[in-house]
Amino acid sequence: MFRSFANSIFALVITLFAFNYSASAAPDGKALFQSNCAACHNPLKDATGPALKGVDARVPSKEWLHKWIKNSAAVIASGDKYANDLYAKWNKTAMTAFPNLSDEEIDAIIAYTNSVEPPKKDDGGAAAATSATKDTSGSKWIYSMVTLILVALAFILWRVNSGLRRVANDKDGVPNEKEIPFYRNKVVIAMTVILVFILAGYWITNGAVEMGRQQNYMPEQPIFYSHKVHAGINQVNCLYCHAGAEKSKHAMIPSTNVCMNCHKQISEYTGAEDHPLVTAEGKEVDGTAEIQKLYKYAGWDPAKKAYIRDEKGNIKATPVQWVKIHNLPDHVYFNHSQHVTVGKVQCQRCHGDVQEMDEVFQSSPLSMGWCVNCHRQTEVQFANNNYYSIYEKYHAELKSGQRTGVTVEDIGGIECQKCHY
Amino acid sequence: MSQKKYWKGLEELNETSAHQNVVDNEFKESLPFDISGTLLDATTPRRDFLKFLGFSTAAATLAASCEMPVRKVIPYAIKPEEIIPGVPNYYASTYVDGGDYCAIVVKTRDGRPIKLEGNTLSSITQGATSARVQASVLNLYDKARLRHPGSVNDKGEVAESTFEALDRRITEALAGETRPVYIVTASILSPTTKDVINQFIAKYPNAKHVVYDPVSYSGMLLANEASYGKRALPSYHFDKAQTIVSLGADFLGTWLSPIEFSKQYGIGRKISANNARMSKHYQVEPNHTISGASADFRATCKPSEMGAVAVALYNAVTTGAAPAFSSKKLNELVTKAAADLKKGNGLVVCGSNDANIQTVINAINSAVGANGTTINWAVNSNYRQGIDADMVALTEAMNNGQVGAVLLQGVNPVYDYYNGKKFADGLAKVPVTVSFAERMDETAQKCKYVVPDHHFLESWGDAEPKTGYYSLMQPGIAPLFKTRAFQDSLLAWSGSATTYGDYWKQYWSTKLGGQVAFDKALQDGIIEPAGEMPMAGAAFAGNAGAAIAAIQAKKAGAGLEVMVYEKVAIGAGGAWSNNPWLQEMPDPITKATWDNYVCVSPKKAKELGEELTGITEVENKKRVLKVKANGQEISLPMVVVPGMHNDVVAIALGYGRDAKVGRAAANTGKNAFPLVTFNGQTFEYNTNATIEKTADVFDVAITQTHHSYEGRAIIHEYTLDEFSKDPKHLIKEREKELSHYAGLPWEEHGAGHEGGEAHGGGHGEAAHGGGHDNALGIAPVPARGREAAGESAFDKGFRENGTLYPTYEAPGIHWGMSIDLTACTGCGACVIGCQAENNISVVGKTHVLKSQEMHWLRIDRYFSGMPDDPDTIQTVFQPMLCQHCDNAPCENVCPVSATNHSSEGLNQMAYNRCIGTKYCANNCPYKVRHFNWMDWNGADCFDDNLYEDGRRDDMNDDLTRMVLNPDVTVRSRGVMEKCSFCVQRLQDGKLAAKKEGRPLKDGEVKTACQQACASDCIIFGDVNDPNSEIAKVRFKDQKERVFYVLEQIHTLPNINYLSKIRNTDVIVAGDEKLDGIFKAHI
Repeated sequence: MFRSFANSIFALVITLFAFNYSASAAPDGKALFQSNCAACHNPLKDATGPALKGVDARVPSKEWLHKWIKNSAAVIASGDKYANDLYAKWNKTAMTAFPNLSDEEIDAIIAYTNSVEPPKKDDGGAAAATSATKDTSGSKWIYSMVTLILVALAFILWRVNSGLRRVANDKDGVPNEKEIPFYRNKVVIAMTVILVFILAGYWITNGAVEMGRQQNYMPEQPIFYSHKVHAGINQVNCLYCHAGAEKSKHAMIPSTNVCMNCHKQISEYTGAEDHPLVTAEGKEVDGTAEIQKLYKYAGWDPAKKAYIRDEKGNIKATPVQWVKIHNLPDHVYFNHSQHVTVGKVQCQRCHGDVQEMDEVFQSSPLSMGWCVNCHRQTEVQFANNNYYSIYEKYHAELKSGQRTGVTVEDIGGIECQKCHY
Repeated sequence: MSQKKYWKGLEELNETSAHQNVVDNEFKESLPFDISGTLLDATTPRRDFLKFLGFSTAAATLAASCEMPVRKVIPYAIKPEEIIPGVPNYYASTYVDGGDYCAIVVKTRDGRPIKLEGNTLSSITQGATSARVQASVLNLYDKARLRHPGSVNDKGEVAESTFEALDRRITEALAGETRPVYIVTASILSPTTKDVINQFIAKYPNAKHVVYDPVSYSGMLLANEASYGKRALPSYHFDKAQTIVSLGADFLGTWLSPIEFSKQYGIGRKISANNARMSKHYQVEPNHTISGASADFRATCKPSEMGAVAVALYNAVTTGAAPAFSSKKLNELVTKAAADLKKGNGLVVCGSNDANIQTVINAINSAVGANGTTINWAVNSNYRQGIDADMVALTEAMNNGQVGAVLLQGVNPVYDYYNGKKFADGLAKVPVTVSFAERMDETAQKCKYVVPDHHFLESWGDAEPKTGYYSLMQPGIAPLFKTRAFQDSLLAWSGSATTYGDYWKQYWSTKLGGQVAFDKALQDGIIEPAGEMPMAGAAFAGNAGAAIAAIQAKKAGAGLEVMVYEKVAIGAGGAWSNNPWLQEMPDPITKATWDNYVCVSPKKAKELGEELTGITEVENKKRVLKVKANGQEISLPMVVVPGMHNDVVAIALGYGRDAKVGRAAANTGKNAFPLVTFNGQTFEYNTNATIEKTADVFDVAITQTHHSYEGRAIIHEYTLDEFSKDPKHLIKEREKELSHYAGLPWEEHGAGHEGGEAHGGGHGEAAHGGGHDNALGIAPVPARGREAAGESAFDKGFRENGTLYPTYEAPGIHWGMSIDLTACTGCGACVIGCQAENNISVVGKTHVLKSQEMHWLRIDRYFSGMPDDPDTIQTVFQPMLCQHCDNAPCENVCPVSATNHSSEGLNQMAYNRCIGTKYCANNCPYKVRHFNWMDWNGADCFDDNLYEDGRRDDMNDDLTRMVLNPDVTVRSRGVMEKCSFCVQRLQDGKLAAKKEGRPLKDGEVKTACQQACASDCIIFGDVNDPNSEIAKVRFKDQKERVFYVLEQIHTLPNINYLSKIRNTDVIVAGDEKLDGIFKAHI
């Protein structure tokens, strides 16, 4: 329990840190990059499109870049040489037009991509996490050692005490009772039984409470899909693939055609040097082979660079049968959009640092206590959301300073039928 | 008024000891295993007990210690753009069943239709639905549906074949046929289908189209032809009628277009203290229908007398002649109705299928000027088109071997033709017989080929319910089985290369003028002319005199008559017979499920033998009667129905189906269609009969005495006169009873004074706070909350001071519901709407017999009056569901706090916390909690684990389970459940508002029952919002009519009822003294 608590605290810290970072550095740029560009571009590396760090220095002019991003096809059609060369270099892959982006927004994106530095090899946060975990387990060990020593000491003192009493009795001529071994001593037996009963009860109860929970569950998936490579190194926005999280109760596993938006171009894993893919068992994974597996599911012919279609023209795709990691019981209603869109909760708060996981595991216990605790502590977006204008009492209290914030609990967030119906 | 006596059944009225036993023993079943006989008498009871204990512990451990299963999450390979998993899509479509019509919106989740709602854009049905519409989604997932086309052998089995092979065989056979080819269909609303049939007739000039309706309206069509020169039905406007006279037409339940009429009727029945006006409804009927129950003035007559009543009414209207029936009440009704009709805005409808009677009705309507005011001849209704004589002629021709082929679509004459056997014999003499039935019904079994049609939720199509008013049908799901649209089959056999879908699209885009208009029409689901419906009368040109002479020439038989009728749920049979939701829906009047029976008046039952009273009233076992009529004999159990004419017995249609129709339909009741006769022009649905008592008894599952209130006053009823003279009577009565608790004893007694809200807003506050002084400055009045909404000081005082517990103020939303007893017709749409929305289990007949039905919402039906005199019977319906008490008795007694209260006023039920003690159900004064005695939905998790009765296993397979609402937990065995106020909808509505950053709009969330209701008697919303409909009803517009059931026990229900108001002279009380007075008056 303590460990999981420590983990969630850590996750919280990381989230807050990440949030603060994004808030201070290039607020618009990063968000815009992640929602518009990250699917095809990486700041540091060539992906579907070229690496974007320093792009403003490469291209003919800033104005050219604005025009290009807003409508690249028009620039190519205008006969611009740089544009046509670029188009040819990238296998005539057209860039999506972004007519909605303003010049300022584009500049913010470029500023952000220029600000990105290659990641350092050793991640401080992760190290801190492991050391924190070690600390707790270490102190536990020390406590149990001390307890054992104390118990042994008590036992020895008890023996010594009774031995001395015998000697004293002998000396005083008081007859000693017949000595019985300690393991036949009724007091000792009774104490032991009671102790075992308590410990076993504790163990069984805990086990029963934990039943059906799967924290740290990390099943093997049909494709070795590394979230670290996608969401971490290449900074693809979580919501690009899990688009349902904003709109639906399900975050939604993307269909293969979503994967193919990028993987039509990216057919091999080139990051093995910086980040070799290794399973939890220590087996090395060939990223390129995994992409080939995707092609099989998606019905994509990498040689012809075209979909394989049946006689009716439908793509011959089969869904990937992923193993579900985050399982809630059927009697729990959970809605992603409530948390992501309304509550503005970061994905990592519940799912852990997915961007650091090659293989995803369940980082939170997903127990009711865990949910309820969060609902008790988390403040809702009270002032910013007009829905809550009906809570006149709370608004008055906030105004008068009687109250600093409104938690989920205050608006009924731990009532049974908010989640069970 | 509380001194009146209401009773659910005779057993309650007579307070028999057997009834008291039933009432006392709420959970009829003893424990499911017999503990007394074996365990305690065993030689070693202690050891056996330990064995049981050990086994169950070990079994539980084994079952629980299994590892978590590995679950897969499988995304779409290629996700359709419009589907987001977990978010429902809605498609406007059209419900069509023969000539029955409803504009609907189909809710689909991840590609599965799971719920139908009314389409509010339609000016015809205006968003209303019926129980059948609500239940039709279950028919889509019916296991008994045909899964492929094929040829049928002698035993009625289908040998699978392909459409191509069948097309070849059938076209070859048709091509060589010189004798006439008949297409027999039910009434067709679809203009494109009519085109397709015409194309077929063009290809085969010897083809003929016969329209056949199992319950026929030929008499009306023929009478209208004679009276107005058009063989058509007009549009009726019950909303514009001030006086409604119905002679045997159950227009709220089954007659012609009950959804439309209920909606219209409801408009005329909305009454408040400020506007104390309502329509006046006279009903003459032989049996007891829901229209009769809603009527202000009801009298009974024999079915054969209906013509005489029509003539008497005609005479009274035209010449003022006094009627001379032996029944005083009938005479009074005719005289009064005639007087009211003459005041204008009258409407007379009649359920008879006799052309002469309908001609007289036309004459009356013409004489009182109904044409052009309440009857509209500018816009015809197309609901029924069948002419009975055509069908009779076809049967003759078939038997004479003069027919080359018969194609049957949507009809089942072997079952529902008056002489089904003759039709079957004829069918055997026809070389090519094709059924397009969706299941192996009685007729399909006698055909040579079956080419199953789609369900309407799988089809493209259209409907023209009224001339010029169109409605489009679009599929909510791809066809589940190898079925093909009936129109596609006809097109294929006419040699056309286009499919019906293309043809249909072409037709509508051309007609509407382009793709954009077509898309808009498809999205709206309806195409209607702009503005109000045009209105026109028609000149009566019929021969009333001849019709009257014909009616009088026909001798009314003496003695007993039997009539057949349609039940609100099952109708004439069709696919409904196999719909477990409808089968288990208690009939509004008899409260019986799963069977048909002989409805008998209490007096007749007594005449049959005094000993019958015991056996007929309390026991489930009902005495079987043998009804002999029309050369037929039917033995069915008798059910005593107060309000039946003493010389009439009635039997419902739609039962006695073949086993191949489906599991639910098999072995329920007997077929009553053989009792129908043909009079040479039209079918007649009543005939002379004799009844005989038999020695047999038969179980009928009747829910009327389940959940008894044991005679407590829970209904308030007034006549219109009483109400308009003293609208505050109910308030005064409530205050008289409750004011003692409405204030604190040391306070000035009078918080409950009338008009208290004017000065009393701060009354309690002043007493408590002490410091508030209006002169110094008024405390800020909150914009929200019940006080701001106008709650009276009395109500507030009772709420806060009537208890020792502290009161909790809901800070945000406080949900509340209002149910109008005057508008409620008892039709049951809400019951089925709730069942569809909330995954409510069907339990089957054996368990209904044990009072284990699961409906979260039931409609309690109360009679008042004297059982022996059917004309004194008055009936009230009261929808009863969890009252969501703010001071709920169930919550206090739950040992595990599985049921508790939310800050929004919901009485919450956490199923996974419930351990099944049933304490809550025992302590609920409203008896609205239901215990899951069995695993109704997942019993197939072990093989061979289905139940003895077999009927309700239909929810235990993957096909039927597709209808389940994924947002509502499917409850398992051993937990309690009850109405949740559709909390999933509330949460969804709140979430949508939060996402858009705005407060919830009033009316944005509707409960399933509210949405299904055709007469708008349920209002739901946030009581804390002073502008909400519910707050207005409760605290302003209808405050004079508001009451809470069992208010005196201070449960503080969040559902209020509005008193029943009847536009009549006397409310029958069933009380000796009052009834004596009542008797003297008639």
